[in-house]
Amino acid sequence: MRARGGKGASMSGRQVSLGIERGLFASWRGRRLKENLLGYLYILPATIVLTAFHFLPVGYAFYISLHKWKVKKVAFLGLANYSQALADSRFWKSLVVTVYYVIGTVPFTITLSLIIAYLLFQKIKGLSIYRTIYFLPYITSTVASAAVWLWIFNPRHGPLNQLLELVGLSPQRWLNEPRGIIKVVGGALGFTVPQWAEGPSLALVGIMVFAIWRYVGYDVVIFLAGLGNIPYQLYEAAKIDGAGRWQLFRRITLPLLSPTIFFLVVMSVIWSFRAFADIYIMTAASGQQLGGPLYTTTTATIYIFDQFYGRLNIGYASSMAFILFWITLVLTIIQNRFGERFVFYT
Amino acid sequence: MTARERLMARLPRRISRGLLYVVLTAGAVTSLAPFIWMTLTSVKSYREMATRVLWPASLRLSTYSIAPGQRPIAHLFYNYVQAWNAAPFARYFANSFFIAGCTAVGVLITSTLAAYAFARLNFYGKNVIFVVFLATMMIPFEITMIPNFITISNLKWVNTYQAMIIPWIASVFGIFLLRQFFATIPQDLYDAAVLDGCGHFRFLTQVVLPLSRPALISVGLFNFLGSWNAFTWPLIVTREEKMYPIQVGLRYFVTESGTDTQELMAAAAITILPLVILYFFAQKQFIEGISTTGLKG
Repeated sequence: MRARGGKGASMSGRQVSLGIERGLFASWRGRRLKENLLGYLYILPATIVLTAFHFLPVGYAFYISLHKWKVKKVAFLGLANYSQALADSRFWKSLVVTVYYVIGTVPFTITLSLIIAYLLFQKIKGLSIYRTIYFLPYITSTVASAAVWLWIFNPRHGPLNQLLELVGLSPQRWLNEPRGIIKVVGGALGFTVPQWAEGPSLALVGIMVFAIWRYVGYDVVIFLAGLGNIPYQLYEAAKIDGAGRWQLFRRITLPLLSPTIFFLVVMSVIWSFRAFADIYIMTAASGQQLGGPLYTTTTATIYIFDQFYGRLNIGYASSMAFILFWITLVLTIIQNRFGERFVFYT
Repeated sequence: MTARERLMARLPRRISRGLLYVVLTAGAVTSLAPFIWMTLTSVKSYREMATRVLWPASLRLSTYSIAPGQRPIAHLFYNYVQAWNAAPFARYFANSFFIAGCTAVGVLITSTLAAYAFARLNFYGKNVIFVVFLATMMIPFEITMIPNFITISNLKWVNTYQAMIIPWIASVFGIFLLRQFFATIPQDLYDAAVLDGCGHFRFLTQVVLPLSRPALISVGLFNFLGSWNAFTWPLIVTREEKMYPIQVGLRYFVTESGTDTQELMAAAAITILPLVILYFFAQKQFIEGISTTGLKG
């Protein structure tokens, strides 16, 4: 691999040397050439891996998405996979579930972690202990922590239902419950909730709780770093001017932290749109088919994975992966446009 | 102002301070609760599970004081031994250590070289190539997963270690982080090294690397952690139990019907333990690494 790549690098090195201005003395040119070659040699290993497993696959994936592709290529379809996806009601439903998941996790995780980070920043005793504990769920693997949460949500003997029974409420089916959360709560209070308003299924809400629990610590660490970057003199000056605690938070902390908040919002939205392993393990392992009760936890990534790995509709899965990518890309661009208005850069 | 008045004046502050700790501790307990529940469950007996005993006998001192012949430690770790023997966990661990270790070392080698080139060498098209590298971070895994799986199949790499290592031994984040670090090393050092007859490679290995230990540890740790916790890719490319890394192995253990919950919790605890130990030892690197880069595993 090295030898082949080395040849490629020397070729581009030769091209480069042609571009170098003539008329300079030879030793300088020689050293220049050597540095060029060395540069290419040093980036070569990383370039090979990134090209083989990151760049080329994008083109390859697009090629696959234009075909009917089972285990092997079957037939050229053009954009038929894409039009099929846009007409696929289950794909649309999976996008709705994804949006529920994003809306149910991102704002909660960020608000919660902002509050925790702000409290931790008040010259707390034992800051590092608290931080260690909050960060622990993020460190542990998805599978192990999902196993624990599956047991917490267990409908028969799980601690959550034991707790509900203890306070006199009826036990729930949690991850096996396809009914929407609003319907479940409304039903318990005696309301009838129309189907369009039932919200994400209780199963999906359980998965969201799991995700929030897992990622709060990560956001807390980022927020703590952001808070540490705010110059202390600003608070001192504001205090002298008689600002109260709320004003300090509202007028100094929030604006100066807005780049951090913005970064976390944008990245979390992308990550939540692509969330897979957490949802996959929480649904596939709760003793039912992939996608949870009545597909109410089938997010777009789960649906794509099922088409790819479960049904071997590889071309179709590829086309949906591209559609999902475009959706997240457009969303990110929109967020950047809106973000400019709210983010305050010093 | 009397002492009493002074106390009263400080009271609101005291209360809000106390409230602060109450809220933070409640949050911390919520973070820890699943782990506590996991540990508690993992030392329960089958009968205690069925009868919903909250505090298991294995954690009661009286259990050990009245029955000296019962080998209490075996009693405490009964589920752990059962779980360990129910699936080839030793093999899973060995696989994970090998895969994560190779990945971390591979990333360190490729990233160090590339980062050095980007930070300290001048070559044609350097900035363009760097931007293209950064652009790979935008490519989502759902898109590359499918063609990469086909590539791996064509290479006949399915169910091999290299399938789980090679695609991940280059990290743009690693290159980025190390480049930032290498760029801060003063040029004078290099000039002095050149006077001593030192080339770029010797300068890199003997001056730059020792100076960059914190950054190298961060990059190594995060890639080790990422590889150790990786799930989707190993799930796709492994076929046989003997090749499973711990995450995939545990997943099949979880979905297998008939596994008792207390054994499952013991297995989860076994899986979590090495990482928790690593985390406690290298906490500073984890926290600093994340704070400076905003990197997600």
